[in-house]
Amino acid sequence: MGHISLNQVTKSFGDVNVIPPLDLEINDGEFVVFVGPSGCGKSTLLRLIAGLEDVTSGHIEIDGKDATEVPPAKRGLAMVFQSYALYPHMSVRKNIAFPLRMAKVDQAEQDRKIEAAAKALNLTDYLDRRPGQLSGGQRQRVAIGRAIVREPAAFLFDEPLSNLDAALRVNMRLEISELHQTLDTTMIYVTHDQVEAMTMADKIVVLRAGNIEQVGSPLELYRAPRNKFVAGFIGSPKMNFLTGATAAAHGAHTIGIRPEHIEISREAGAWKGKVGVSEHLGSDTFFHIPVADAEDTLTVRASGELGLERGEEVFLSPIMEHLHMFDAQGLAVR
Amino acid sequence: MATQHSRAAARIMMAPAVFLLLVWMLVPLTMTLYFSFKKYLPLRGGDLGWTGFDNYVRFVTSSSFWPSVQTTLVIVGGVLFITVILGIMLAVLLNQPMWGQGIVRILVIAPFFVMPTVSALVWKNMFMDPVNGLFAHLWKFFGAEPVQWLSQASLQSIVMIVSWQWLPFATLILLTAIQSLDREQLEAAEMDGAQPVQRFAFITLPHLGRAITIVILIQTIFLLAIFAEIFVTTGGAFGTRTLTYLIFQRVLESQNVGLGSAGGVYAIILANIVAIFLMRIVGKNLDA
Ligand SMILES: Nc1ncnc2c1ncn2[C@@H]1O[C@H](COP(=O)(O)OP(=O)(O)O)[C@@H](O)[C@H]1O
Ligand SMILES: [Mg+2]
Repeated sequence: MGHISLNQVTKSFGDVNVIPPLDLEINDGEFVVFVGPSGCGKSTLLRLIAGLEDVTSGHIEIDGKDATEVPPAKRGLAMVFQSYALYPHMSVRKNIAFPLRMAKVDQAEQDRKIEAAAKALNLTDYLDRRPGQLSGGQRQRVAIGRAIVREPAAFLFDEPLSNLDAALRVNMRLEISELHQTLDTTMIYVTHDQVEAMTMADKIVVLRAGNIEQVGSPLELYRAPRNKFVAGFIGSPKMNFLTGATAAAHGAHTIGIRPEHIEISREAGAWKGKVGVSEHLGSDTFFHIPVADAEDTLTVRASGELGLERGEEVFLSPIMEHLHMFDAQGLAVR
Repeated sequence: MATQHSRAAARIMMAPAVFLLLVWMLVPLTMTLYFSFKKYLPLRGGDLGWTGFDNYVRFVTSSSFWPSVQTTLVIVGGVLFITVILGIMLAVLLNQPMWGQGIVRILVIAPFFVMPTVSALVWKNMFMDPVNGLFAHLWKFFGAEPVQWLSQASLQSIVMIVSWQWLPFATLILLTAIQSLDREQLEAAEMDGAQPVQRFAFITLPHLGRAITIVILIQTIFLLAIFAEIFVTTGGAFGTRTLTYLIFQRVLESQNVGLGSAGGVYAIILANIVAIFLMRIVGKNLDA
């Protein structure tokens, strides 16, 4: 079980309205990612669901029951904090046992659950260490272990990977995805990193200033962003935007085209520009090319090496079926 | 401070300070040791030559010695107990967001700025005086017989006065420690189902371990030597004669410098015993 629904939820800190009225359905077993720029209210929203903050108005339902006034411990949700929030004076075993101890689970049952969690998370050899003696990735796993043993209705993660180095982050991303496959429990995951969102989510919730900009599967958001903000936020490198006469030629205020949807040619094409900086990744090359009417320099992806020199004049053509059009308000038009 | 050169420079720079500290410590210590082996009565013949361990034997065999050690330990223990317990409670309280927090914090720290002599006199004359004291009025208001604080409950009174003085110190150290507690830890515990009392016992208190250790160690050093509070209140009467006070009486009232010095050496030994004892119990908290 783990169906969560938010109904007209708002949150203000004093006069500052952080979450305007917001509706959201999170289905049982779903991996939902809240993504958005820093300070947009992702953590606040997660903490509202956890019960660590009181809603200013609106209702939160968990598994069909109104949980708005229910204290955090009684909501059956487990949270993994960005700082891990491990108890520094307790061994790994005691950390993981803490929620069980608070729930007065008997000792044999506790041991069984701890062993199982430690085995699943590769922590068996570290059970008697203190958190201070562990690496970042291990601490992260202890925090997850502490959440798992409670067998919660849903897991809440607040930017759990942001303190890890890049290589470890890729690993942990996979581990958390695998965990979701095995446990089949609802997970709500907060991040500002759209790559994490794209790779892990069943459903992405894009937030801006507390507002939900769009909800959908990663590919839905990639293929059909509802507005310019989502279009620019999802996808890497980000989508190119062009305005002015170039956009007007397509009957739009702004047009958007992803770097991977532009064809590059030495002979002929829709737009003309001189090659600026090139980034060679081996498999791909990214060219940055200033073009008339572009909001920024145009980023173009090419497979492999093209042998283009800096300053060389090239022609660019968008693949028409992947062209996104936006009106003056930034809303997508089809 | 890694290279040979910078280490040498550092040593030269520190030398004056180290030298000064050594002189500060060693001169009185050596003089105490020197006098403790002498029969030295300033008003009755002055330096009367070496006496070996005579002073040491006389000091311990005097009927006042063991009671004074006991009094010292009772005062130190009592004050530590009260200041640590109340200090933790006050720190927790002051850490709550509330109206007028700044003012309240300053008020709580204020007693620490009052000189021991002054605060002891204020307590003696304004609170504990059996006729005009505030407590006497309070007792009378409820129809009770006023307590003669400094004679009937002398030791408790001293403990109370000294605790009042040292409570701000304990509170301040513990408050800063509490403020450094990661809020997410408390929230994690809350989500794990810990009630407020359990959160305090399992998260806050262990976090305060090191600060409590520091409070205990520092206060012990100062409390072993309290003097002014006793001098201006009971003058060492009614069972409030600490080891420090006994030494004072031997040197100044009996004008026996040799005997007092031997007492001083005993005081050093006592302080070290207490220190070792405390380090055994709480010292492990200081390891990171
Ligand atoms: N306890 C608080 N008091 C006042 N303002 C807060 C508090 N917590 C968060 N905010 C504000 O709410 C906004 C959203 O914060 P947060 O949810 O932490 O953003 P995110 O996690 O998306 O980076 C920020 O502008 C932040 O300053
Ligand atoms: Mg955040």
